[in-house]
Amino acid sequence: MYAKTQLLIRQARIIDPSSQRDEVADLLIEEGRISRIGASLDGRGADIINAEGLWLLPGLVDTCVHLPEPGHHRAGTIASETQAAAAGGITHVCAPPDTDPVADSTAVIRLIRERAAQTALARVLPLAALTQGLEGLQLAEMQTLKEAGCIGVSNAGQPVANSLVLKRGLEYASTFDIPVMFRPQDASLSQGGCAHDGPVATRLGLPSIPAVAESLDMARILHLVEHTGVRAHFYQLSSADSVALLRSAKAKGLPITADVCVHHLLLDETAVEDFNSDCRIDPPLRSQADRKALVTAVADGTIDAISSQHKSLGSSAKLAPFPSTKPGISGLETLLPLVLKLVNAGELPLTRAIDALTRAPAVCLGINAGHLEAGRRANICLIDPNQQRLPRDKWQSAGRNSPWIDTHLPSKQVLTITDGRITWDATTP
Amino acid sequence: MNDDYATLQLTEDGQLRNFISIRGLPKSILEQILDTAASFVDVGGRDIKNVPLLRGKTVVNLFFEPSTRTRSTFELAAKRLSADVLNIDIARSATSKGESLMDMLRNLEAMASDMFVVRHADSGAPHYIARHATPNVAIINAGDGRHAHPTQAMLDMYTIRHYKGGFEGLTVAIVGDILHSRVARSQIYALRTLGAKEIRVVGPKTLIPTAIESMGVNVFTHLEEGIKDADVIIALRLQKERMDSALLPSESEFFDQYGLTNERLKVAHPEAIVMHPGPINRGVEIASEVADGPRAVILHQVTFGIAVRMAVMSMSMGGREAERNAARRQQEAQHVR
Repeated sequence: MYAKTQLLIRQARIIDPSSQRDEVADLLIEEGRISRIGASLDGRGADIINAEGLWLLPGLVDTCVHLPEPGHHRAGTIASETQAAAAGGITHVCAPPDTDPVADSTAVIRLIRERAAQTALARVLPLAALTQGLEGLQLAEMQTLKEAGCIGVSNAGQPVANSLVLKRGLEYASTFDIPVMFRPQDASLSQGGCAHDGPVATRLGLPSIPAVAESLDMARILHLVEHTGVRAHFYQLSSADSVALLRSAKAKGLPITADVCVHHLLLDETAVEDFNSDCRIDPPLRSQADRKALVTAVADGTIDAISSQHKSLGSSAKLAPFPSTKPGISGLETLLPLVLKLVNAGELPLTRAIDALTRAPAVCLGINAGHLEAGRRANICLIDPNQQRLPRDKWQSAGRNSPWIDTHLPSKQVLTITDGRITWDATTP
Repeated sequence: MNDDYATLQLTEDGQLRNFISIRGLPKSILEQILDTAASFVDVGGRDIKNVPLLRGKTVVNLFFEPSTRTRSTFELAAKRLSADVLNIDIARSATSKGESLMDMLRNLEAMASDMFVVRHADSGAPHYIARHATPNVAIINAGDGRHAHPTQAMLDMYTIRHYKGGFEGLTVAIVGDILHSRVARSQIYALRTLGAKEIRVVGPKTLIPTAIESMGVNVFTHLEEGIKDADVIIALRLQKERMDSALLPSESEFFDQYGLTNERLKVAHPEAIVMHPGPINRGVEIASEVADGPRAVILHQVTFGIAVRMAVMSMSMGGREAERNAARRQQEAQHVR
């Protein structure tokens, strides 16, 4: 499926926040590389896509994509989920280490990279565990894991409870300049909870997770980040209090970045009002005030990136009463349309929204991606920015756990090119 | 979203067909339950205690959580309506063997069941079952997690109406472990719908759920303030395990601060009644002198409980039948065409 020797995408609206480009132009790809961007390029000998009315963006970078391999085969494969990424215009996915077995050894990192090399339709960027088995007791071999190909370390959804272990982990990571990704959540305050501690959980009698479970842990981590100077990224922030902590830490000049899951920007706790387990995610959807604070923080750049927090689940995961279901939304295919929904609602400026999906997440992950540049391998996302229904039979992810299937979304993916290779092609209807 | 609570429980023309939560039900349905229950209260006193309303119907008691008392009253209510009763105490045995809840329901439906009475430790379990079961089966909630216990709430409403004549102008105080109480949540919805003047919840902050004010109640952390001039005082059962999870220091401190005693009840309305969903912990949430005294109506609650459950079961079965007949008529009409 390598791109034709020459491919000319004609008359697309090209939006590339990293170069402040937003104009209608042609883009020429030769042998998988972007060769030129400009008005009326000569397309002799090239295959031509007439992209009038379409938008061309850099391939999207997703900071948090739970991949089902190794260990969760009922939820799909690296092949199926990166196919879903391509169907969503996403070319780079960062995968947390909470696989089974945990990504705390070079064997697992190599396995993921090999499976990705053989089957993936997106660039897979694995994170390794900060502590062995994510148990929070002993440090993982971070430098060895970095050499094996991980782009950073994280304890994923199991924060290190012991502050001494955490402090030493961060000192060690900063020794080798390894970035650390945090998902802040105090385990004792969140234990057993399945919904935001607010009026909805109270009415429904659901065991709850208070917003302070996140901000308390975030405050602790921020103190240790300041102390150790480690490069840190916070993912899946969900509350106004966390935003306030992030804002003041950034004002102090700490080396930190952050992202938010798109569902937290669109939905609040009322989405689970009728025990709708399709909207059960972790951290839980919070109050309307939290949602607004998160949107404001994305708009002003305090929160750098927007992620899908994709988690494909097997068919039985949501077939149970709400508290016994598994949290998670399969979200790769809806990331960009949902962000455009926020743009259309006037909540986010378009350029910042695209920036939060391209340039900014690449910076968060410390990778060279998320921009259009002549001479580089083409990573491109071409969409039709007109409302479309997302039909169930066009769904790519193995997990059908999404509240958005069969709903109307503001855009449709037309073409995705990943590292010069066509990974999604809906140019001929 | 509130609509879902209504559509899940009512037929298109507004009859009861499932009884899952008080939320979503209009005042007229709650009053119909109370009136129907009144007609059944006498049945218990007759020599022949049965009425034939559910003859030939199969009621399945699906108890995923052990409960002798509630199950017995449902069983008795179903038998007095002449139904066949099947008791299934799952207590997680079948589902822990790997049989999913869905598969088990399909099996039971295949046995031509007409009604499931469901008790489950998960909030929302009856919702889930009602959404996934065939529409021919009526679902009655016998208590789900911390969410709802609507038949208990309705028998409490029956008791209040019996002693107070109605709900207008009443101040009702619910005392104790509100956080874990499905009974309290259902009582709050019922009292609001039926038009009580003021609903108060009283307890230490550890046992008051976040933002409970949004349910239309006033929160009190001191007992005397909370029960001052109250017409009805409902004490909730305090589970022993609350002490293990650092919600309270001890039973005796709870009793000292929140236990109902004759002395404390002096600030309540002179004709206040004291209720308790049972089983009571003497010397924890209520003193013996109160539990056995003239204000307590606790044993009457039990008697009314059977009548209220008979009312709910017969009404939901009626709603189902009406719905099924309407569907049949529609089908026949299409055949004629």
